[in-house]
Amino acid sequence: MDEKKASRAARAEQLAAQCSDLMVQIRAEKDIKKKQKLIAKRETLHRKETALRNNRKISREARRDLVAYSFIAPNFIGFAVFTLIPIVFAFLLAFMDWDGSNAITFVGLNNFKKLPGDTFFTAALKNTLIYCVGTVPLTMIASLALAIVLNQKIRARGFFRTVAFFPYVASLVAITAVWSMIFHPSKGPVNYILLNLFKVPQSDLPKWFSGGLVLVTLILFSVWKYMGYYMVIYLAGLQGISAELYEAGSLDGANTWQKFRYITWPQLRSTTFFVVVMLTINCFKVYDIAVMLAGGGDGKLSTSATVLVYYIYQNAFNYWDLGYASAVAMVLFVLVLAITMIQFGYEKKLEA
Amino acid sequence: MKQTQQKKFRSARKRAIAGKTGIYLILIVITAMMIVPFLWMLSASIKSNREVFVMDPFVWIPEVPKWDNYIKIWTKIPLLKFVQNTVFLTIVVTFLQLLTSSFAAYSFAKLEFKHKNGLFLAYIATIAMPWQVYMVPQFIMMRGMGLNDRLLAMICLQAFSAFGVFLMKQFYEGIPGELCEAARIDGMSEYRIYSSIMLPLSKPALSTLTIFTFVNTWNDYLGPLIYLKTESKKTIQLGLKMFIGQYSSEYGLIMAGSVVSLIPVIIVFLCLQKYFVEGVASTGLKG
Repeated sequence: MDEKKASRAARAEQLAAQCSDLMVQIRAEKDIKKKQKLIAKRETLHRKETALRNNRKISREARRDLVAYSFIAPNFIGFAVFTLIPIVFAFLLAFMDWDGSNAITFVGLNNFKKLPGDTFFTAALKNTLIYCVGTVPLTMIASLALAIVLNQKIRARGFFRTVAFFPYVASLVAITAVWSMIFHPSKGPVNYILLNLFKVPQSDLPKWFSGGLVLVTLILFSVWKYMGYYMVIYLAGLQGISAELYEAGSLDGANTWQKFRYITWPQLRSTTFFVVVMLTINCFKVYDIAVMLAGGGDGKLSTSATVLVYYIYQNAFNYWDLGYASAVAMVLFVLVLAITMIQFGYEKKLEA
Repeated sequence: MKQTQQKKFRSARKRAIAGKTGIYLILIVITAMMIVPFLWMLSASIKSNREVFVMDPFVWIPEVPKWDNYIKIWTKIPLLKFVQNTVFLTIVVTFLQLLTSSFAAYSFAKLEFKHKNGLFLAYIATIAMPWQVYMVPQFIMMRGMGLNDRLLAMICLQAFSAFGVFLMKQFYEGIPGELCEAARIDGMSEYRIYSSIMLPLSKPALSTLTIFTFVNTWNDYLGPLIYLKTESKKTIQLGLKMFIGQYSSEYGLIMAGSVVSLIPVIIVFLCLQKYFVEGVASTGLKG
């Protein structure tokens, strides 16, 4: 025990000596950058010395860091292993040729060169873009309108809010099953109403899940399913606007539209930005909606309804062409990234 | 003079009433659009396959309700097994997600340490990265770890999201730092501060995160589709989809199964929804 103490004391002395040596050097040093470095070095040594003298094994700072890391570790380890590593792997894989079991070979840009000539890929890209262009603005407008209405003092507000959120929590498999019955081309009630109430001739009845109409159905379905979610986000945003602004507006004689145009809309700008970014990212991820509404019994999509994620899945898990699947995934990633960046840039410009 | 004022007042009132009626009308139409598919589901779940599409006359409740659809669905497919798998998965994932992300978020929001910004950046950078971009290499890696076709793979996949950490951190930053400082001066350890001060305050954020995680895990389709191949390991979404593929014209049974698959999510949502708007507002989800 004493031996240990003695060795610690000796070590502390040694550190103190080093510290004073450094002090001399610091005084002599002319270059300010080098001087700062030396000062930092002395600081660390000094801390170690005090820690030793106070009979602590590690310095206060190191202890503080360790405590903080212990909070982060459980999540971060899982996150690093199951998210960060696969992301790095995904970038590499896009330049490889691999079937998952045989040897992996580097093929440079070959996977990307194949993309433009692949008609299934171009169809998937086109459909995904059309789907996004249709869904993002419609969902945004619908959810904002709903939020404004449901932010007013009306009866049964809680009930209306809850109901609007229902489609979001409901499972896709269940509600797509309902939709495909309600919009059934020959037996469904929607077409029944079109036939009998609006006298649409039998041959002109819309085939909701095939041909050119399928994307429209997908967009309508997505607006229906997701507007409740974005409505809640807008509600939160609306509650952050101070009532004084509206009072001032009323005093100035602003009508409802003017209040919206000059108070609500500008005040909600950051909320709208968030909503649009999230919507765009989520739209590019579309897969299950397409497979369940347009995929039929076997879940296979034709070129009229195929989307990027479907093609990634096909290449990876049906054809085992992992490199090519990753190349398609990179296209998805670059698109999402580019659009998010543009939106960020636009938001910055508005702020300035 | 007084009369004209009164008239003005009255017409303003009339306008207000007309406006209110308009709002209610719009709301009722929207609510109908939202809820009719669910009512249709309930109604069809107690009909026979022939009755489902009878429009003339259309009845919500058939004369002889076929309650045995709800019994048959459990025997046609191993629904009980699917429900068990999904319940297990959802509870474990939600629990891990809440625990680990609130833990990590406390550190990011209230502690100072080396590499804090760098570590947080790693989380932020992946939020805009769709999971579908890296699902393929992730699968290869999990297969290499022997996790293919195991529920554990789904837990690893869903329990450690950047989203949870981000959401909780935003919420904790709204809690005054003085609260923690005071506790520190009283000699409380960081773990105590987290468990006895921060956690009790974070009900709205935890409820919000619970709703999101529960709903996402319960309803996830693509994840289980990639990983879970054996029938006895499948989740309720996969099972229901499988059933629809096999018996595509058993409408009554499909709807009964759908109703069963919705009940737990609806219950969780209804229990936690009173904190929900507040939670979204205070977690910075509004941007």
